Amino acid sequence: MSVVEAEPTLRKTALNAVHRQMGAKMVPFGGWEMPVEYPAAIGCGIINEHMAVRTGVGIFDVSHMGDIRLAGPGALAAVQHISMNDASRLAIGQAQYSALLYPNGTFVDDVIVHRLGENDYLLVINAGTREKDFNWVRDNTRQFDCKVEHLSDDFTQIAIQGPKAVDLLQKLTDANLPAVKFYWLTHGTVCGLKNILIARTGYTAEDGFEIYIPSDEATSARVWNEILEAGKEFGAVPCGLGARNTLRLEGKLPLYGHEISDTLNVWEAGLDRFCKMEKTDFIGRAALEKAKAEPLKRTLIGLEMTGRGIARDDYKVLDQSGREIGYVTSGGPGPFLKKNIALAYVPPAFAEIGSTLNVEIRGQAVAAQVVPTPFYKRPKKN
Amino acid sequence: MASYPADFKYTKEHEWIKPSGNTATIGITNYAQESLGDIVFVDAPKAGTEIKAGATFGSVESVKAVSDLFAPVSGTVTEVNAELATAPEKINKDAHGSWIIKVTLKDPNELNSLLSAADYEKFVAEEGSH
Repeated sequence: MSVVEAEPTLRKTALNAVHRQMGAKMVPFGGWEMPVEYPAAIGCGIINEHMAVRTGVGIFDVSHMGDIRLAGPGALAAVQHISMNDASRLAIGQAQYSALLYPNGTFVDDVIVHRLGENDYLLVINAGTREKDFNWVRDNTRQFDCKVEHLSDDFTQIAIQGPKAVDLLQKLTDANLPAVKFYWLTHGTVCGLKNILIARTGYTAEDGFEIYIPSDEATSARVWNEILEAGKEFGAVPCGLGARNTLRLEGKLPLYGHEISDTLNVWEAGLDRFCKMEKTDFIGRAALEKAKAEPLKRTLIGLEMTGRGIARDDYKVLDQSGREIGYVTSGGPGPFLKKNIALAYVPPAFAEIGSTLNVEIRGQAVAAQVVPTPFYKRPKKN
Repeated sequence: MASYPADFKYTKEHEWIKPSGNTATIGITNYAQESLGDIVFVDAPKAGTEIKAGATFGSVESVKAVSDLFAPVSGTVTEVNAELATAPEKINKDAHGSWIIKVTLKDPNELNSLLSAADYEKFVAEEGSH
């Protein structure tokens, strides 16, 4: 007798049919069926998509991301209580990278907190943690005078990323995009749709925007196609999760379940600058205070392969004598850098820049050098 | 649509083998390169290595994934395509023209158990429709 495992039902974004029609390779990710890459025949594939974002512009369906809105007189106090960054520093129209923590200082999820209005905040959360995050936020904000809404299914979220993103999107909106700084947001008409949230955010270590449009299939498909059409003159290509991952790896942007998780704390992950210990109390603060007084057990480092081989997620990191000292959280080729790179947790004694470690690849120790991170930083405009 | 050469034999793991007397060249099929996407690394055994039918003899890596190479036949590696060490993307451009290793066959009869081009084409059509 054999046990037949039930296929988990994958959720689909409103653009699923559009991706299939374009010939995208679809894969399961965080409970969703998502495009991993588009076909070489239309100028895509992970490397081309990655390069388009670094040098021109790429378009991503990121509707699998979740959205939680906190609104009401107690909204700021609620956001402050559940997140580690200082939301009181946000002006209306500003956003910040932050995280929701467990009482022990490890991660429920990382989030972008957008301040939409006076007492109105939008948390953008990860796909695979949507329900967990919403329940966490709801359960831990009951004492505050604010309404908590799960809006994840209300939006199709499209990311337009790359140095040409501003030129592309400006063709489709009346909003004055150059006036919107990185990690700020505005509202405007996009493709004829009024009052669309436009945030200058992304997950590619590049300039870009994320827009939140109604999630019905017809509107979503129309806007997606209009963006691609408007992007032709900039060489815009549709991009899948494959390029999204290599782009965020080059930029050392954490991925839940890899660089951050419910077993890793803020100090280990090196996210100190997004954790404001001096603000009002927040969940996880006491544990982090205590952890800060003790030496770190492990720290996140960047590795560049100097030997022949590609480090992959979960591969072992060895010291020079071959002893296992840590593991790779995310690894692969960096298509723009043309180097094989990895993020890894090792004890701080092995974190010195320039030192040589090894990654175990199919039983062989392959040399890697500890390098500064992020691996890639976008050129700053003058 | 790439066609599968009739003088090659194929495995269900998507390798091709082109026999020539008691030697042969081995590569991966167009279907394999399409499924993998951008190929960035080929790990092939050194000349002199013995390979065994059905066993792994190396790997091919795309940006996203590592895929084992399975030996279609038993034999000894006589030559490795050095070009693929610096230009693995050649497999994406021409999978059936980019051989990975050359071998001397231990038992040419092993070729008889492999798929013909027509059978392989049928096999991937079914696999692709899943």
